[in-house]
Amino acid sequence: MGAVPSAKQPMIVIKNLVKQFGRIDAVNGVSLRVEQGKVLVIIGPSGSGKSTVLRCINHLEVPTSGEIWVDGIRLTHNHKDINAIRAEVGMVFQQFNLFPHLTALENIMLAQKVVRKRNRDESERVARRQLERVGIPEKADNYPDQLSGGQQQRVAIARALAMNPKVMLFDEPTSALDPEMIKEVLDVMQELAKEGMTMVVVTHEMGFARNAADEIIFMDKGLIVEQNSPQEFFSDPREERTRAFLNQILR
Amino acid sequence: MAATQSIAKRTSTQSNFVQWLSRLPWWLLFLILAGIILLYQFLTNELYSVILSKLTQGIVTTIFVTLVAFTCAIILGLIAGLGRVSRNRLIFNLATLYVQVIRGLPMLVQIFYVAFVLTPAFFTVLNAIGMALIPVLGETNFMLTSNTQDVTLLARAMIALALAYGGFEAETFRAGIESIGRGQMEAARSLGMSYVQAMRYVILPQAIRRVLPPLGNDFIAMLKDSSLVSVLGVRDITQEARLYVSASFRYPETYNTLAFMYLTMTIILSLGVKWFENRMGKNGRGS
Ligand SMILES: Nc1ncnc2c1ncn2[C@@H]1O[C@H](COP(=O)(O)OP(=O)(O)OP(=O)(O)O)[C@@H](O)[C@H]1O
Ligand SMILES: [Mg+2]
Repeated sequence: MGAVPSAKQPMIVIKNLVKQFGRIDAVNGVSLRVEQGKVLVIIGPSGSGKSTVLRCINHLEVPTSGEIWVDGIRLTHNHKDINAIRAEVGMVFQQFNLFPHLTALENIMLAQKVVRKRNRDESERVARRQLERVGIPEKADNYPDQLSGGQQQRVAIARALAMNPKVMLFDEPTSALDPEMIKEVLDVMQELAKEGMTMVVVTHEMGFARNAADEIIFMDKGLIVEQNSPQEFFSDPREERTRAFLNQILR
Repeated sequence: MAATQSIAKRTSTQSNFVQWLSRLPWWLLFLILAGIILLYQFLTNELYSVILSKLTQGIVTTIFVTLVAFTCAIILGLIAGLGRVSRNRLIFNLATLYVQVIRGLPMLVQIFYVAFVLTPAFFTVLNAIGMALIPVLGETNFMLTSNTQDVTLLARAMIALALAYGGFEAETFRAGIESIGRGQMEAARSLGMSYVQAMRYVILPQAIRRVLPPLGNDFIAMLKDSSLVSVLGVRDITQEARLYVSASFRYPETYNTLAFMYLTMTIILSLGVKWFENRMGKNGRGS
């Protein structure tokens, strides 16, 4: 109640991010900020640099130039800092990337043990709670190849959540899923958003963007073309290019 | 009508039988037959049984050399393989130098080189250090008193084999590590694991499962190449055979027996590897 909203520092700040792969300009100077508890959705055509922005936030890609702050900490090349920040930033991939040699439960326990240094009992307790949260407690002892795509993605979300991240990054989490499994994953994400998790989501799911986003960014050719509230973004986009893109995918 | 049908049936069962015959592992049957003939010789022919008991004196050495050198080769290979995928240029270059040198030299030459060049050179350096440290350690420090003769030819032979196979296994491990998708490392790192933790808990457990069958085949190859230690006079079964032949000139009997011993071991081992591969194939996790 008494908290001063302006004293809240933004969870993510990006200033003038540039990323080149050889001669390819993947990101051409992107600046954005995400306040604590907000959901930012990034959309845009293929190759527009959405994944690259996301991957720079936890240093899976090393920016060519620009500055990134996560929860007030500047990302540098210092390995200790990077590992520390990564533990605070959960990431969910299009291809799930579960560890195939470990059960669902062990997938969720591993990083808790080796990064958070939690003991076996505690990490198992947390893992089971997270599996409960994503709705598949009965799959604890299954290996990834015994799970459906939707279930695998939910385990991957649980694995990230078990680290108690301050931010969750999602890179097209439903793009590799059969249509009937998309909803179960989106529901979990929507629930997370409602609980106040700070999220950056790259997605083509416009329904999710409309319902869950606090803000939408439209990217093209490595630049932010438009940044807008979901209402205006879908009903009255400012930019011609946004309109063209929306017409194309909402047809 | 009925007659043609029954003829058709008969020819089809006949061709089934022919197919079944042609699918039998004839090579194995042939080998087993040859083995039985030899076994019969061992039991009935005095010369053969004498040779067998002579060669058997070397079997412990053959197995010992193979096991020890292979274990060391796996450890060396794992280290060098990790070096080959390292982004640290110094480590990468050192590992690559090792692998390329090993791959470019005949194993026989490597054995001579380790036994008669590297080992003495090592002690020359050690003695020089010992000499320099006399003021600190005194006149009788081990670095000064030890010399090349302290390392038996058996040990030198095993070091040479371990170095040689370590170079091969490095590439096996490298291929295994590189066969694990990039997403695995990224997922592990995104959870805050360090490179070393990700390797240890995520990449290597998967990579090692994949390289087990090639490692098994390399173990068989090592068993065969262990015969090379005979050039240093190490008394493995090959050396026992050479010694016996040089005194008796019983070439066919001796080398039949020697070949029989190697084949028995390698065939049993390769059937074991195949069985393991099948089991792995059924369950991708290999557990
Ligand atoms: N590791 C890499 N090496 C070289 N080029 C890359 C690499 N990663 C991305 N790129 C290039 O950078 C540009 C932006 O890629 P990015 O993956 O960020 O796009 P995206 O918006 O996520 O596209 P998509 O919707 O297809 O996932 C593309 O031209 C891509 O080819
Ligand atoms: Mg992408």
